[in-house]
Amino acid sequence: MSDANGNGVNPEKDLGTDNLPGQRGEGGEEIRVQRGMFGASNGGDTSGYGGLVRSVRLPGPATRPYGGWFDEVADELEGALEEQGLVPENVIEKTVVDRDEITFHIEREHLVRVAQTLRDDPALRFELCTGVSGVHYPGDKGRELHAVYHLRSITHNRLIRLEVSAPDGDPHIPSLVSVYPTNDWHERETYDFFGIVFDGHPALTRIMMPDDWQGFPQRKDYPLGGIPVEYKGAQIPAPDQRRSYS
Amino acid sequence: MSTQSASARETTEGTVYTVTGGDWDEVVQTAARADDERIVVNMGPQHPSTHGVLRLILEIDGETVTEARCGIGYLHTGIEKNLEFRTWTQGTTFVTRMDYLTSFFNETGYCLAVEKLLGIEDQIPDRASIIRVLLMELNRLSSHLVCIATGGMELGATTIMIYGFRDRELVLDIYELITGLRMNHAYIRPGGLAQDLPPGAVDQIREFVKKMRKNLPEYDKLATGNPVFKARMQGIGYLDLAGCMALGATGPILRSAGLPHDLRKAQPYCGYETYDFDVPTADTCDSYGRFLIRLEEMRQSLRIIEQCLDRLEPGPVMVADKKIAWPAQLALGPDGLGNSLDHIKQIMGTSMESLIHHFKLVTEGFRVPPGQAYAAVESPKGELGVHVVSDGGTRPYRVHYRDPSFTNLQAMAAMCEGGQVADVIVAVASIDPVMGGVDR
Repeated sequence: MSDANGNGVNPEKDLGTDNLPGQRGEGGEEIRVQRGMFGASNGGDTSGYGGLVRSVRLPGPATRPYGGWFDEVADELEGALEEQGLVPENVIEKTVVDRDEITFHIEREHLVRVAQTLRDDPALRFELCTGVSGVHYPGDKGRELHAVYHLRSITHNRLIRLEVSAPDGDPHIPSLVSVYPTNDWHERETYDFFGIVFDGHPALTRIMMPDDWQGFPQRKDYPLGGIPVEYKGAQIPAPDQRRSYS
Repeated sequence: MSTQSASARETTEGTVYTVTGGDWDEVVQTAARADDERIVVNMGPQHPSTHGVLRLILEIDGETVTEARCGIGYLHTGIEKNLEFRTWTQGTTFVTRMDYLTSFFNETGYCLAVEKLLGIEDQIPDRASIIRVLLMELNRLSSHLVCIATGGMELGATTIMIYGFRDRELVLDIYELITGLRMNHAYIRPGGLAQDLPPGAVDQIREFVKKMRKNLPEYDKLATGNPVFKARMQGIGYLDLAGCMALGATGPILRSAGLPHDLRKAQPYCGYETYDFDVPTADTCDSYGRFLIRLEEMRQSLRIIEQCLDRLEPGPVMVADKKIAWPAQLALGPDGLGNSLDHIKQIMGTSMESLIHHFKLVTEGFRVPPGQAYAAVESPKGELGVHVVSDGGTRPYRVHYRDPSFTNLQAMAAMCEGGQVADVIVAVASIDPVMGGVDR
């Protein structure tokens, strides 16, 4: 390291805008607009950062070629969907390639058909589903709730991701239990924490929280909770009340 | 009910009563006539044989289990939610507590996912990766030892339990030497490790490997050929390959069905492709096969550990990027572990910029570019997957753990239904669920 101050910061190299982490320029899909900093929203912010506006952008759709075996999988999937009389553009909303991972965003009404195809087509053969992970994007209007599936093909040694979204007002996504029985508990968990209703699930009940629990704890608008703690004479606020730099 | 419980008979000695079984004959006859003998039994959540707070709901007909269901959630601690309110570095402190028997796997999985998001996978120093592998393989040993020990205890084989915990203690001593703690280490951090190995660690691990090579055959002698042990384990907890795939079972359960699927071979991480080891399988699909696989995996882990020790070269254990690597130079002070005096002298005495940098990095943390990543490691229980989403902030936007215990526990019903009540214990033990991981 060539830092003269010994503090690890090299002004010429490090302070250019290219080097700012957490930025994605203008590309990608905007999911939220972040205003201010330090989580201060009601006065009292003398930092000067209160007027900051930052748009949060996730990686956007990729264009062909995707690279590596990604094209092979995409071709096979599109071909198999066409054979079933479906228009791939109507089924696959977009395809994102980011950090050596491929994500197919699927329209929710076609999810089961796509999963069935991915599992059964010999050229695809994603026989292992590693469950579902919910993500809540309150700022992404009309697609607030996302269900993310990772499918692994042991036969071809590949891993892909499916992402399905549903609006807050109509949180329904078809269940994949008929295709991947392993998703039974995973979907119950995602229902429990995010309130995504997996239609067709054999017994969609809460799994972690008590049966009579109100609300869906891992949604972004659900508070973490906690109490202030006194430490060496100072009050340390509850974790969700502390200063946030995001 | 009969009114008379004992019949009387007059003899020359006086009245003699013959006390018999009362109305028991009647009870038995009624019971034999009734075909509705099913009862529902709750096993757990506080039961010594259910590996923590697992509740098994069994519908039994005599000694046969007709339906089996799991009740989980008793150990849910909201770790995934909590992570969204801490910095990326603080995350390891939380994830290490999920499946508390496989701490280093949780930490590595998390760090690999964060490093993928940061795009720094190629910058992780070799020494850090080797030590990660070393600790994970030690962890595989300690986890399998607990599985075999508690599994044996539940069969009434307390000697195996004593052996298992005796050997696990040796591993925990090594953890304590390296990380300062026996459990919940938070030693593996995004970008590398919290600190380097302490002096004497390599020697102690070599000593341990030598000792384990001597101790492992004892399990063979005690259990592998033991007719009682085999009678309890063979054919119990049966789940074939189709069942494993459908239910998403991985790890020793999948390998006991004959499929040599191991992420260390299939999708290597931390340089596993450069190590020489075998993936043991069995074709019995039962608890006994899983026991043999775990035993063999421990031997393979010893092989990997030796290779790690041979490869260790002096060098950094954290990425060079000072925007991610904490400036801390930890040293053992009189009041416990803290920053080294030299570092304190620098930030407090000579360089205000260093102090600012240190303060910002530790309180605010580093930013991670938006996007999502999935990293999977082969934990002793199967595929441990970590799905991490960032919105470009200093805190994770979402972290989801696909814990193998959680997924594998779903197979309990398929393994137990139609079997005997006593075999439920054996089947659950062969799944090796840890409720800290199941409930998170």
